[in-house]
Amino acid sequence: MVSTFAALAEPNRFHIVEHLRHGARSVGDLCERLDLSQPLVSKHLRVLLDAGLVDVEARSRQRFYGLRPKPLRALHDWLDTYRTIWDARFTALDDLLVELEPNTKKKESPHGRKRRS
Amino acid sequence: MAARGEADRFQTHAERVSDRELFMRRVFRAVRQTVFDAMTKEDLVRRWWAPRSLGVTLFECSIEARVGGAYRYVFGKEGQPPMAFSGVFREVAPGARVVYTQIFEPMREAGEGLITATYADTDDGFTLFEQRELYPSKEVLDGAMASGMERGMRETLDQLATLLGELGSS
Repeated sequence: MVSTFAALAEPNRFHIVEHLRHGARSVGDLCERLDLSQPLVSKHLRVLLDAGLVDVEARSRQRFYGLRPKPLRALHDWLDTYRTIWDARFTALDDLLVELEPNTKKKESPHGRKRRS
Repeated sequence: MAARGEADRFQTHAERVSDRELFMRRVFRAVRQTVFDAMTKEDLVRRWWAPRSLGVTLFECSIEARVGGAYRYVFGKEGQPPMAFSGVFREVAPGARVVYTQIFEPMREAGEGLITATYADTDDGFTLFEQRELYPSKEVLDGAMASGMERGMRETLDQLATLLGELGSS
């Protein structure tokens, strides 16, 4: 999740992903469309590859980069993912707080404490 | 403030409150100083920041919670290159308020965010924790969210949402 976030948060990489939605592109094609140098585009593609957002296919002598749908779908509700990550952390923090404050009233709410795991 | 169910306040609430800002709120069953300590002492942070359910390991955690002090969290999935958040404390009022900068090191060029966390007493002796994360720019937060869920998105995000639709139906 974090690497998907990092990959898309960089504006040039976001633009690369937008271009790839029309289909797989070669590095040269992307350089032209984005007006960026080849080393820079390659660097960004490397990050997108590492994040699993794109894959690469060799066609004759060129390498074509295309989108992989799965991580993008996973991002669809990023805020909910963000909330879920923090909720998982805070549930673990709850357990630590109980240990740090053994005397705190562990009063259950009228509806019962929602346990998440 | 709208009435919230008793159980709700022990769940994490998160929303985007502006172009550049996320807001998070949660009540903890402990006094302010304890919650503050658990979030600013490295040996305590190590115990909750990377719960097993997230599948992420916190490899390093250093926190110097004083004005001008630095912190750094290095984390990642086993077998993958680690990533780090780091920054510097701008304000530290123990048990009450912390303000610190944050850089996500793999995207250092995106700039520095600013996080403000506050700790307040609830009527029943617990702690209301609220956190505002100010991103370096609207673009960085948009990119981060890259989601079809937000209203008023810029066009590129609409296009990404279309893409998600296309990919979803293929």
